[in-house]
Amino acid sequence: MNLTTRSERLTGRIFLIALVVVTLLPFLSMLSAALQPRGTVPTGLAWPSDPQWGNFADAFTAANMGALLKSSALIVAGVVPVGVLIATMAGFGLGHLRVPGGHLAFGLLLLGLTLPFEAVVTPLYYQMRDLGLLNTRWAIILPLIGLYMPFAVFWMRAHFINVPRELSEAARVDGSNTWQLFWRVHVPLARPAIASLTILLFLWTWNQFLLAIVLVDDATKRTMAGALGAFQGQWGTDLVLLCAGSLLILTPTLIVFLIFQRQFIKALLQGSVKG
Amino acid sequence: MTSALGSAPAGSDTASRPGRGDTRAPVRPHRKRWGRTVRWSGWLWVLPALIMYGVFVLRPLVLTMQYSLYDWNGIGAARWAGLDNYLTVFTDRDLLKIISNAFILIIFFSFIPVLLGLLVASLVRRITTGPAGTMVRTVLFLPQVIPLVAAGIAWSWVLSSNGLVNQALRAVGLDGVTRAWLGDFDTALPAVGVIGTWVMLGLCTILLITGMSKIDPSLYEAARIDGAGPVREFFAVTLPSLRQEIGICLTVTIIAALASFDIVYISTSGGPGIQTTVPGLEIYRLAFSQRQVGLASALAVVLMALVLVCVLPIQRLTRGEK
Repeated sequence: MNLTTRSERLTGRIFLIALVVVTLLPFLSMLSAALQPRGTVPTGLAWPSDPQWGNFADAFTAANMGALLKSSALIVAGVVPVGVLIATMAGFGLGHLRVPGGHLAFGLLLLGLTLPFEAVVTPLYYQMRDLGLLNTRWAIILPLIGLYMPFAVFWMRAHFINVPRELSEAARVDGSNTWQLFWRVHVPLARPAIASLTILLFLWTWNQFLLAIVLVDDATKRTMAGALGAFQGQWGTDLVLLCAGSLLILTPTLIVFLIFQRQFIKALLQGSVKG
Repeated sequence: MTSALGSAPAGSDTASRPGRGDTRAPVRPHRKRWGRTVRWSGWLWVLPALIMYGVFVLRPLVLTMQYSLYDWNGIGAARWAGLDNYLTVFTDRDLLKIISNAFILIIFFSFIPVLLGLLVASLVRRITTGPAGTMVRTVLFLPQVIPLVAAGIAWSWVLSSNGLVNQALRAVGLDGVTRAWLGDFDTALPAVGVIGTWVMLGLCTILLITGMSKIDPSLYEAARIDGAGPVREFFAVTLPSLRQEIGICLTVTIIAALASFDIVYISTSGGPGIQTTVPGLEIYRLAFSQRQVGLASALAVVLMALVLVCVLPIQRLTRGEK
C-alpha cells in the first residue's frame, strides 16, 4: 500500500470521482427536466430559471401515487414474510437437520438459481388464468415466492450449515422439541442472514417488472416498477411530467435505501457473492 | 456447491446416516433417537419451500419444455411440432440476430464494467473508510437499488435528441455526431449497452475493491522487491487474487445481459427494426402479441441453456479449485 506511487493513487481517485459523477448525472438530468414549465421542451441539463416544483404534485396525481404505494406495499407484504419464513425453515431442514436425501432437494433448487424469469412466464400466465388469479396481486405474489426459493434457501442453508450441531444437542437435553429449538435458538442466531435476505427480497419484489406487466393489466395493482412502465406508456410524450413522475416513483426506494444503506450494501454484496 | 459442502462441520457425514454409531459416547443414546425420528420428519421443514418452488417454478418450467414441442396459439388446439420450433430458433435470421444481440450486450453489461472496475480497484486498492468512502459506496450502489425500468427512463432522456449526451457533444463542438442515440440504426444497441454498463459498473467496482482490500499487502511488497512494475504486479498479484470476485461479477452481469428485458422494453421496445431486440423481449412478444406460444417456449428453453452454458464454466474456473 505504501509502495503505491502518489500519481497512481491520484489517478485512482480521479477515476472514482468520475464514476460517482457519471452515476449521478442521469438523476440530475431528470431533475432538471422535471422542474421545467409544463409543455416546454427541456434540454439535457439546465437549471430552470423558474423551477416548477408543482410538477411533482401534478405527477403525484397523474401517477395515482397513493394507490401505487398501497399496491406495492401489499405485494411486498404478501411475498417477503412468507418467502423469508419458508426459506429459513427449508434452510434449517437442509443445512442443520440434514434430512435424508436433502441433497436431492437442494440440487433441484440449485437448478433454479440461474433461471431467467422469461423461461417460465408464459406457462405462469396460463396457470394464473386457470386459477382465476390473473389481474390480481396474487398473480405476482405466489410466483415470486416460488421464484425466490432457489436463492433464498441457498442463502439460509449456507448460514445453517455453519451452526455447530452441539448447539441443538444442548437444547435437546433441556427437553425442547425441534419447533422450539428453531424459534428459540436458531432464528435469533440467524438474524443477520434473515435481515439481509429480507432486504434483498423486498428490493427484488418492489422492482419486479416482467411478472407485473404480463400477469396484471391494471397498473394500480402492480409493483412500483410495473406501474412505472405503465406511467411511461401513458405520459411518454410529456417529458416534464414523465421525469417528475419517475423521480417520484423512485423516492420511496431511495428513502428506504438511504436509511438502511449499510445493511443494503452488505446484503447486495453478500447476495451477489453467494448467488 | 462443492465449497459449501466442503465446509460442513466434521461428523456431518456420519450423522446423515441414521443408526450409525457416533464416537462421542456421552450424547450417543440421545443422538440416536433424535437421528431416527427427527431426520425424516425434518422434511416437513423443507416442504413449504419445495411446494412453492414446484408449483410456480418447476411446473411452469416443464410446461415451457412441453409447449416448445407444439404449435400453439394459446387458445385453440395445439399441434405436435416435434423439434420444428427449435429448428426455427436456430435457422431464422431474425431470431439468430436477436440471440446475437444478447451476446453483444455481454460486452457492455459484463466486460466493460469488469475491466473498468479492475482498473479503478487496482488504483484505489481500498476506499477510505470515512464519510467520503461511505458516500462513494452509496452513490455507486444507487443503480442497483432503483428499478431497471427507472434506469431505462432516465437514460432514454439522457440519450435523446435534446438529452445530456448531445448537449455535451454540442458544447465541445461535435454537433455533427449528435443524434437520437437509441433511435439510430447503428447506435441503438451500443446505447442500450451503455445503460447496462451504468447499472453494473458500480456493483463490479465495489465488489472488486472489497476483494482488493483483502489481498495481503506483503504480496505487493514482494513483487516490488522482485522489480515488478505496476503492470506486471497487476497480472502477477492482483488478477489471480481477485479470481473469485471477477467470477462473481461475470456471473451476475452475464445473466443480466442474456436475460435482459426491462431496460430494452422501456428504452427502445426492441427497435429500430429488431436492432435492439433481445431473447427476453422476443419471448414476451411471441407469446403475448404474436400468439406463437410454441416458438416463444423454444426460445425460452434456448435462452435458459445459453445462460447455463455461459455461467457454469465461470463457476468451475473461479470456485472449483478453491
